[in-house]
Amino acid sequence: MLKIKNLHVSIEGKEILRGLNLEVNPGEVHAVMGPNGTGKSTLALVITGREGYEITEGEITYKGKDLFELSTEERALEGIFLGFQYPVEIPGVSMTNFMRTALNEHRKYRGLDPISAADFLARMEEKRKLVDIHDKLTNRSVNEGFSGGEKKRNEIFQMAILEPSLAILDETDSGLDIDALKVVANGVNKLRSKDNSTIIITHYQRLLEHIIPDFVHVLFDGRIVKSGGKELALELEQKGYEWLKAEAV
Amino acid sequence: MGNENNILDQVTQGEYKYGFYTDIETDIAPKGLNEGIIRLISQKKNEPEFMLEFRLKAFEKWKTMKQPNWAHLSIPPIDYQDISYYAAPKKKKEIGSLDEVDPELLDTFNKLGISLEEQKRLTGVAVDAVFDSVSVKTTFRGTLEKHGIIFCSFSEAVQNHPDLIKKYMGSVVPAGDNYFAALNSAVFTDGSFCYIPPGVRCPVELSTYFRINTAGTGQFERTLIVADEGSYVSYMEGCTAPMRDENQLHAAVVEIVALKDAVVKYSTVQNWYPGDKNGKGGVYNFVTKRGMCKGSHSKISWTQVETGSAITWKYPSCILLGDYSVGEFYSVAVTNNHQQADTGSKMTHIGKNTKSTIISKGISAGVSNNSYRGLVKISRRAENSRNFSQCDSLLLGDKCGAHTFPYIDTQNSSSIVEHEATTSKISDDQLFYCLQRGIDTEKAIGLIVNGYAKEVLKQLPMEFAVEAQKLLSISLEGSVG
Repeated sequence: MLKIKNLHVSIEGKEILRGLNLEVNPGEVHAVMGPNGTGKSTLALVITGREGYEITEGEITYKGKDLFELSTEERALEGIFLGFQYPVEIPGVSMTNFMRTALNEHRKYRGLDPISAADFLARMEEKRKLVDIHDKLTNRSVNEGFSGGEKKRNEIFQMAILEPSLAILDETDSGLDIDALKVVANGVNKLRSKDNSTIIITHYQRLLEHIIPDFVHVLFDGRIVKSGGKELALELEQKGYEWLKAEAV
Repeated sequence: MGNENNILDQVTQGEYKYGFYTDIETDIAPKGLNEGIIRLISQKKNEPEFMLEFRLKAFEKWKTMKQPNWAHLSIPPIDYQDISYYAAPKKKKEIGSLDEVDPELLDTFNKLGISLEEQKRLTGVAVDAVFDSVSVKTTFRGTLEKHGIIFCSFSEAVQNHPDLIKKYMGSVVPAGDNYFAALNSAVFTDGSFCYIPPGVRCPVELSTYFRINTAGTGQFERTLIVADEGSYVSYMEGCTAPMRDENQLHAAVVEIVALKDAVVKYSTVQNWYPGDKNGKGGVYNFVTKRGMCKGSHSKISWTQVETGSAITWKYPSCILLGDYSVGEFYSVAVTNNHQQADTGSKMTHIGKNTKSTIISKGISAGVSNNSYRGLVKISRRAENSRNFSQCDSLLLGDKCGAHTFPYIDTQNSSSIVEHEATTSKISDDQLFYCLQRGIDTEKAIGLIVNGYAKEVLKQLPMEFAVEAQKLLSISLEGSVG
């Protein structure tokens, strides 16, 4: 699905990622953990094609294609989805309209006709229930006036509608109370399949109690310094990151 | 708003799609402006004496006036003697039925998406089409007549309802009101007239479609709407012109009179040819629109979506004379490339407890300049009056300009005037969010801009709103690279 080899990324001359390697296969859930400022979000934004990042070395292949050859929207249309850490508000654009536009772009890319209004509403309704998002929210403008938790749920809702091959969830658990966390986790679990993959970026272990990862990686100082199974997350929870700093040097 | 997606899907190219020219035999007056031409126009139209007097008086006034230069516009010199003031499709005889309308002309209006063949019956819109200077055909007249509603070309109204014309023409925008209104009053050739009798709610949307076709002509149409006591009408106006290298002048006058308890809703989607990417050609749109809330509890609401024209100079206004009368102005003005717009509204509060609202959304792109200019005037006797103004500007790119010139003049202490203004840009975060969902830049901008303008768009009648949304997206294509 995704192969990252020796990735070096800088912003304004400052190197953030310094030789990162990661391989994600279909059906796998990977958790990327690490303290603040180690490059977790940078990794997500580089994969999804945000401007402003300079790739100085390394490569990423996605479904066998050179990812850097694809534009930002092409990566989305090829099935890469980012659940934003800070979802942005778009005043005056209803969620319904936004998602229908997005979905139809995906359909067009795959050579399908636009979805009918009735089918789309049915799909909205089905996915809405999956993430337990209030139907009032789908009539509101994109993220406008949403609480922190609603915004995060809304990200999972969009993911459910677009059905990506590779979902990257950037700090989806931050700002969620325990009930909301369960709802989000439940949504992600229901969307898991043998064909799609998920990368969960988080610095707490608590989301991983609800979404069981196949692999856990620790990102520190721009590199993955340790990888393991789900028990690594627990170890991190108990011991913190300090002991890894020593290993990384 | 479920149609937004279809609309955005349909929009694939940013060219001005109304830029065609119809080859049609035209009866055109020689270029130049003098008393002789004015007499010729009046004679061609077989007008009664009072009309000629009105025209000549306006012309005398105009000669003493100077083109206004206070707007934030750079207007190249206009040679008023190099314009033909009358152009009409040649007709062999009086048009009685649609079969007799020139097929070329019908084809033109079909291309514009206006079917004169009463297809509009389905959508419930009555259309008056003005081609160059002459009103070509008004649809739906029979239905309207049943309700006692008069909806016809201005020329016909002069012939058939001279008393109404005499009573109301110039009562809101006097012949010598301003330079362009005076010019219009002298040379206007046609337009629409509408009268709604007391207590009648007009059952269909009334619509006028304006089209400049012939080269070297100006379009000077005049619209007069009179809503008698307790009546209601919703009126829509659309306009297009061919693509031409030279500039064309459009100086229109719209007058609205609302008597006691009457409500008039006037919507415009203005899409005159804006000129090419380098600023060559395009229509000069110098328009005077004013409504008078004459009776108490009357209401006039202006909604405009301005995407076309090289230069726009236009301030739809309300004179709130009747107590408890209401004036509204909702505007989206888009400028791209080299377009210039100086537009806004005037709300003059005279009656007690009068209320006005101004919502203006400016969108600038390219190297364009977009100004909001508004005056809220509250007179001494307009006690307990209220105004709320909101002027937002959205900038796309860093070479365009947005300006706000609000003027507030309050002469009593019991009134409340509020003004809010914001300037914003489409943020990179918003664009990235859309791109990440698979929506490309052009579509994303269309989506964000339509969202930004929603407050105004929702004021438009449904079928107009659809066209307006399309236009907003088209007008801004290629504005962000």
